Amino acid sequence: MAGRKLLIENVHIPGIETFDVYRKNGGYASVEKALKKMTPDEVVEEVKKSGLRGRGGAGFPTGMKWSFLAKPEGVPRYLVCNADESEPGTFKDRYLMEKIPHLLIEGMITSSYALGANVSYIYIRGEFMYILHILEKAIAEARANGMLGKNIMGSGYDLDLVVAPGGGAYICGEETALLESLEGKRGNPRMKPPFPAVKGLWGCPTVVNNVETIAAVVPIVNNGGEEYAKIGIERSTGTKLISASGNLVRPGVYEIEMGVSVEEFIYGDDYCQGIANGKQLKACIPGGSSVPILPAHLVTKTAAGENRLMTYESLADGGFASGSMLGSGGFIVFDEDQCIVRNTYTFARFYAHESCGQCSPCREGTGWMEKVLHRLENGHGTMEDITLLEEINKKIEGNTICPLGDAAAWPVAAAIRHFREEFEWHVTHPSEAQTRNYGLIQPRVEEIKAL
Amino acid sequence: MIKVTIDDIEVEVEPGTSILNAARQIGGEVVPPAMCYYSKLPGTGGKCRTCLVEVAAGSTADPRPMPKLMASCSTTVMDGMIVKNKTSQRVHDNRGGVVEFLLINHPLDCPICDQAGECHLQDLGYEHGSAKTRYREERRTFDPIDIGNKIKLHMNRCILCYRCVHVANQLTDSRVHGVMHRGEHAEISTYIENAVDNDFSGNMIDVCPVGALTDKTFRFKSRVWFLKPMEAECSCTKCSGKAVVWMFGNEIYRVTARKDKYGEVEDIEDKTAWICNECRFDKKDPGAWNITGPRKIDRHSVISQGKYATKIDKGLNKIG
Repeated sequence: MAGRKLLIENVHIPGIETFDVYRKNGGYASVEKALKKMTPDEVVEEVKKSGLRGRGGAGFPTGMKWSFLAKPEGVPRYLVCNADESEPGTFKDRYLMEKIPHLLIEGMITSSYALGANVSYIYIRGEFMYILHILEKAIAEARANGMLGKNIMGSGYDLDLVVAPGGGAYICGEETALLESLEGKRGNPRMKPPFPAVKGLWGCPTVVNNVETIAAVVPIVNNGGEEYAKIGIERSTGTKLISASGNLVRPGVYEIEMGVSVEEFIYGDDYCQGIANGKQLKACIPGGSSVPILPAHLVTKTAAGENRLMTYESLADGGFASGSMLGSGGFIVFDEDQCIVRNTYTFARFYAHESCGQCSPCREGTGWMEKVLHRLENGHGTMEDITLLEEINKKIEGNTICPLGDAAAWPVAAAIRHFREEFEWHVTHPSEAQTRNYGLIQPRVEEIKAL
Repeated sequence: MIKVTIDDIEVEVEPGTSILNAARQIGGEVVPPAMCYYSKLPGTGGKCRTCLVEVAAGSTADPRPMPKLMASCSTTVMDGMIVKNKTSQRVHDNRGGVVEFLLINHPLDCPICDQAGECHLQDLGYEHGSAKTRYREERRTFDPIDIGNKIKLHMNRCILCYRCVHVANQLTDSRVHGVMHRGEHAEISTYIENAVDNDFSGNMIDVCPVGALTDKTFRFKSRVWFLKPMEAECSCTKCSGKAVVWMFGNEIYRVTARKDKYGEVEDIEDKTAWICNECRFDKKDPGAWNITGPRKIDRHSVISQGKYATKIDKGLNKIG
């Protein structure tokens, strides 16, 4: 049976997006508990005990991030929620904010209290304008009910919550670019160090957390960190939202307990129920477009033959040679008819479009990869192009200011590593490559164009 | 003072110094090339990635090597840090990669570019570039635009080092000179027709490492290596009045600020000797200047003739 749900259990209750219904169903209990019974340090301690790791992709322990926050006298501190969810294949934060906005607001209040922030921001991507309205409505309700503003619940703690929309750029999901954008500047990532925990928003100590991370603080405070840590395996604790997409019978947002096996997640009745139209699994990207792709034989089993589980460690087992990453939980599944070269080109085009253009390897390299992949996909490539792609990858990876360069290089490198014959087929069968996908005997029917 | 070792040479520097500046204190071959960092403009650096170095040991306290190559211009030294620049194959390979990236969309129009001969990208190409390109696609192009009536912007040649943006932000009054668009399509902009109308805007030309920003009063007049650089002074009230005039016979072809061997404007009496637009663009009469003597060009540039003979031979061998 499906595991416990801590975040989206109440999502189907009618009217849960309103304050009254949310409060009646146990909402804002964590605010009450934290503000009335706990000191800020105790909240941080609970989060540390829970073993919660950042849900935005990097998986950095949240409690540790919070304890790094510098606390100089007389300088304000900020909590910023990163709602710039724009990784292809990831749509969990959107679901959470749209369906149960008060959960995020509750998490923001509790987390801000723990960090001693009196003004907190939710930075939301411009394309989510309709969610901005949902959040603002929820904030107004929370304020009217004394959950925001001066002297919250009589505790003497003040908090203002501001929703700030961005212009809609993937790069602004990188925390320092996000802060630049929030300050009203061009969203270029900053040089690190100094890290935001020391010098963030307007030069003040700042913590930037993902929407899901902040939402997860609510059950942690309610039930205690140790209780939360009991779910999951080893260093991957708690529950995780997975946005499953691709050729699945039942794609969608799932809340899973860490440690569910990948096999069960794809084929299990409580989850995605297998590959659509009776096809075979060909490949899977387990953590959003920027993590390495895995071929079918490495999806459910690791290279060592063990069952692969939905945890940070198990998905990364085997390093880049035979593993991938949990990333942000954007679980993309490909069936046997899909063309990996075409998919890689689509991703490369995305990264070329979203590179900020600040540092040379990423600015020039992503554009170059896109053009070479376009050539390969359309049957104008050569064998040297495949080697060239690998070399461009190596020259981008690790040489850029922010992780976007790595994110652009890894999927291409992994696609070539695991599906080289497919790239070669595009070179050796140039005319066929234009009419059908690798592995398909029939020409492909519809022309798929990205919006 | 803290000790740092760069390419097996030990040097003592002030705490807070960057690796690049520590290397500059040693001088010579040890110094990584820098296309975007400009010590006189706070906030520059970290963008071009040509100054990447390998940190073989972080510090005495934590001697682990840093996994990634670090941008030497924006990484501060720690006591006991061991840095490899020339001695690291990894640095050499990756710097070659960065140069390749910088050149794929560069028009390579050196034969008609005013910057040729004093261009940092040319130097970098000689040192780390390859003789052939692997780029088969069409290069990205922009139309040249005017920034005010004295400066021409050739966006095709730009490597987006952001130095001129910092000049506009720090020397001139208002922020009119930024970057538009992103990724490959990013371009230096003045919001098109909004001219940078300021007495010191001409310094953008001096800080530009390539031929993207050129002096319209000097465009296509002469190659720089045919000119004689002379140190000169004038009694200017706006700036220090200390400049370099570039002469052919008795005529002044152009005026620039005094630049050191890293292409940065020199400090004179503890103040960076930026020159004003009047000195740069309008004082072309030798009578207006008190010429004090020849200017030594220190950089390994084509201007110092003959310096590159062997390197060019090497390049030709590579092609053959």
